[in-house]
Amino acid sequence: MEKTEVIIKIEKLHKQFGTNVVLNGFDLELREGENLVVMGKSGSGKSVMIKCIIGLEDYQGGSIKVTNKEISELDRKELDELRTDIGFLFQGSALYDSMSVRENLEFPLRRHPKKIGKLTDTTPLVLEALESVGLAHAIDLMPNELSGGMKRRIALARTLILKPTIILYDEPTTGLDPITSKEIILLMQSIQKKYNTSSIIITHDVDCAKAIANRMILLIDGLNYAEGTFEALQAATDPKIKAFFK
Amino acid sequence: MKKYFENLIDAIQNFLIELGEISYFAGRFFKEFLVPPYELQEFLRHCFYIGYRSLFLVGTTGFIIGLVFTLQSRPTLEEFGAASWIPSMVSVSIVREIGPIITALICAGKIGSGIGAELGSMRVTEQIDAMEVSGTNPFKYLVITRILATTLMLPLLVIFGDFLAIYGSYLVESMKENVSFQLYFNQVFSILKFSDIVPATIKTFFFGFAIGLIGCYKGYYCKKGTVGVGKAANAAVVYTSMLLFVIDFIAVFVTNIFYDV
Repeated sequence: MEKTEVIIKIEKLHKQFGTNVVLNGFDLELREGENLVVMGKSGSGKSVMIKCIIGLEDYQGGSIKVTNKEISELDRKELDELRTDIGFLFQGSALYDSMSVRENLEFPLRRHPKKIGKLTDTTPLVLEALESVGLAHAIDLMPNELSGGMKRRIALARTLILKPTIILYDEPTTGLDPITSKEIILLMQSIQKKYNTSSIIITHDVDCAKAIANRMILLIDGLNYAEGTFEALQAATDPKIKAFFK
Repeated sequence: MKKYFENLIDAIQNFLIELGEISYFAGRFFKEFLVPPYELQEFLRHCFYIGYRSLFLVGTTGFIIGLVFTLQSRPTLEEFGAASWIPSMVSVSIVREIGPIITALICAGKIGSGIGAELGSMRVTEQIDAMEVSGTNPFKYLVITRILATTLMLPLLVIFGDFLAIYGSYLVESMKENVSFQLYFNQVFSILKFSDIVPATIKTFFFGFAIGLIGCYKGYYCKKGTVGVGKAANAAVVYTSMLLFVIDFIAVFVTNIFYDV
């Protein structure tokens, strides 16, 4: 992959909960148009790391720069502004269960009217996002009427509605059957092509990583233990790395 | 014995920590609620849910309290030849104390636990985080609107409950003594003073604030999955009920300083 501009740069990130050190000098660079997969054991701090990127978690040391803006130095307004450029797909989809699918998708639009210009009717934008995940027919359903896979796709549509340039995926295929997982992976690939997004994908799923990663980082003991393409890491002889590909 | 003493110290310590956190949460409410953007639509939606949807429960409870209160006190008052004082006694007790505290306790059970469970469930399913990453301040959208709605709706619910309680009392009196509606309510309003109505109404704003504040606090900081949601809803009711009596005591104490009652 040709060298493009760095849009997320993490240096020496340190995060701990009480005495439990989760990230201890973690580094990461995400380049424009790249799909970067981060793999690690449960509790290794992968999700915490992407939550630090979006400002959901504070960190005790190091630096996170998104489009050259230091996250810890942004005030609330600046952070909210930056967040409109970053989509976040939660592990459990996190759809607002008191709202219909339409309202779920309209919610970010109504909060950021600048993003939609003078549009008074948001339906075309909602439909466009739903069509991109193949669920336009579910527009008036409530989240409790959707299957796990549908919820994940609707959550992806909600992530896309503000047309972010960066998408952070937190375990996008966890808890889904193999067929639905494959559908989600294909969807992620098509979104990347269609919207030219840059993504960080947190996953345990080797098939997902293989299908989508331009580059991978293995997060072990709070550090980026190994970095490279899927094939390079798969061929590594280090037992700690091999354990991920068994 | 030493272990009990240590547990007691731990309990006091935890209580003080929680008290500090609730105070901080309340401070954040006052710091943020006047700062735009205002979530007017969400606030009105909660006013509808909290106010309108509680009318039946509050009304029924108030009405039955009025009936029962009159039925229970009538024989004793009759013994002393003071049955004609029933409208005065019922109205003063309902307006000053029974109406506000009973309505607030009912709302703590219905509204406080509902808020605790709803926000708790949103927290554990990452809906609050999703709101945050979509560039919305969840504290403003979820917490401030609910606290304001409970603060403003509880006084209205109390007035409604009080009226139905007095009306219930009138029905008993009209059946037993054939008292007219006008005569009964003339007696009610002739005994009620400014010092009965105003302090009692003012304290209901504090009751409403306490219900919203504790429900939101417990739900917003809910932990430990679905078990945590249950605990948040339960703790919201328990804490609020205790706080209501503390507020009531302070309100009565302050009222006694300002008015000769």
